[in-house]
Amino acid sequence: MTLFDFWDVLVLGVVLGSLYAVIAIGYTLVYGVLQLLNFAHSEVFMTGGFGGVIALTLVVPVASPSLAQSAGYVVLGICTGALLGATVAFFLEKVAYRPLRRRNAPRLVFLITAIGASFFLYNLAGKLFGRNAMPMPRMYENRTVFTIFDTTINITQLLIVGSGVLMLLIVDHVVNRTKLGSGIRAVAQDPEVASLMGVNIDKVVSRTFVLGGLMGGAAGFLFGTTNQVFYTMGFLPGITAFAAAVLGGIGNVRGAMLGGMTLGIVEAFTVDVFGDAWRYVGAFGALVLVLMFRPTGILGERVARTA
Amino acid sequence: MSDRNDHRTTEGAGRVSTEKSTATASDAAGAEAPLLELRDLHVFYGAIEALKGINLSVRTGEVVALLGANGAGKSTTLQTASGMIAPRQGGVLLHGERVDGIASHELVRFGIGHVPEGRRVFARMSVLENLHMGAYRFKRPDPRDLERVFHLFPRLAERRKQVAGTLSGGEQQMLAIGRALMGKPELLLLDEPSMGLAPLIVQQIFDILKEINEQGTTLLLVEQNASRALQLANRGYVLETGEMVMEGPAGELLADPRIRAAYLGEHVEAEHS
Repeated sequence: MTLFDFWDVLVLGVVLGSLYAVIAIGYTLVYGVLQLLNFAHSEVFMTGGFGGVIALTLVVPVASPSLAQSAGYVVLGICTGALLGATVAFFLEKVAYRPLRRRNAPRLVFLITAIGASFFLYNLAGKLFGRNAMPMPRMYENRTVFTIFDTTINITQLLIVGSGVLMLLIVDHVVNRTKLGSGIRAVAQDPEVASLMGVNIDKVVSRTFVLGGLMGGAAGFLFGTTNQVFYTMGFLPGITAFAAAVLGGIGNVRGAMLGGMTLGIVEAFTVDVFGDAWRYVGAFGALVLVLMFRPTGILGERVARTA
Repeated sequence: MSDRNDHRTTEGAGRVSTEKSTATASDAAGAEAPLLELRDLHVFYGAIEALKGINLSVRTGEVVALLGANGAGKSTTLQTASGMIAPRQGGVLLHGERVDGIASHELVRFGIGHVPEGRRVFARMSVLENLHMGAYRFKRPDPRDLERVFHLFPRLAERRKQVAGTLSGGEQQMLAIGRALMGKPELLLLDEPSMGLAPLIVQQIFDILKEINEQGTTLLLVEQNASRALQLANRGYVLETGEMVMEGPAGELLADPRIRAAYLGEHVEAEHS
């Protein structure tokens, strides 16, 4: 592997890692407040992808857009993806999970429901949008923006990393600096006591899903800019992002970011060194290795809950 | 339901009463109504009846102690009062108005602060964040409340940036009380504030509880440490396996041979029923 390769591959990894990090936020936030592995989050991601593509198909981008037009298309795609993702996440919580919480259902029931919701949603998408991949309408000419260490960075890569990092900063701010954030953290640590402080748990849970859905949906659209969108597109990125959340320490927002970035980079290097067939072996091998030595994940800490 | 018995006759007559006082639903409201009243409260965990029709009242300004052995239903009583558990039968009244069925996060607005058993501070938040959580129901925490808490518990002021999970047991108890005070409670429910703490710390905590009461907050105190609780309290109740078996002025309970035998570990030649 030459040095040239190194930077090239690193860029690919960071791009992939930003996407994983943004998706992983959704898993980790929901796990925090409900101790629920929300496997249907991959479908929130998928819906976001379709939302962006369909919105763009409807506005029919012009053949050679100006800078302002291109920016408009991108913003439209991200916002539609995010909003659709948030909508699906909102109803998912309301329809699938809330009735279970009302009845104090065991954890296993939640898990099965999550898997069922995931199957339902991607098959519904296949039915509605067709089982063939939908191409992303061209929003801009994907040219090189700048070159660093002989590695070219193009618009799509810059877009994904830029908006990914922006979203991570926003979510970090929301969780650590806002009232909703303190509600989320309080519910994650002790829901009963949180409600004694006046926290409306239902409201916090619902908004947590919306927050994760906004991120996941936007990530779906961003993923679509490098690829196409299709009804099963959520599966592998979803599983990987979930692994990233576990790697970073599930429930920990910064851990999810770190885990996502790590897995993206590991995946890119595995593909470069061993070939595409090994793609997920590297990432999941890294997960197993980390969990062997740190079962709670990289940033996962368990400050004992006293008595 | 019969007419309400005046609880003060119990106190005035200076006897330890075991009778149950029930009240009609119509005699609500008015300045006469106690701050908190539990009427004929039946609470179930599945098929198990944890509270078998208990009555309890707390008047504004009082300190009331609720005593009893493990599993008697003391915590259940507090949890029902703060809306964490819904009674199957009976009522919870605040200033004469029914509030049972109102969720705990809304009941906070009625001026109830609950310091739960085992303190349960938010272990991964700082001391200051914990205190801010206590004021969650307000748009923003009142700096005067924060000042008050730091004045009552100077230790918390020193450690305001420290993560709560790393505090000592006594400091966590102080934090749990301070956190509840941040919500400006009219009535503070305290569940075993002395549990697992060294005697010196217990003394400190009880001194501060006294101060909090003198500043105008009414206290309902669940304790295993009966002698300390009764020294602080105006009145006391004794709960046994879900039933209220005694109530009366604290001084008399403290002198009662049955109480001394059962809860103060004294060997008294008494008519042990």
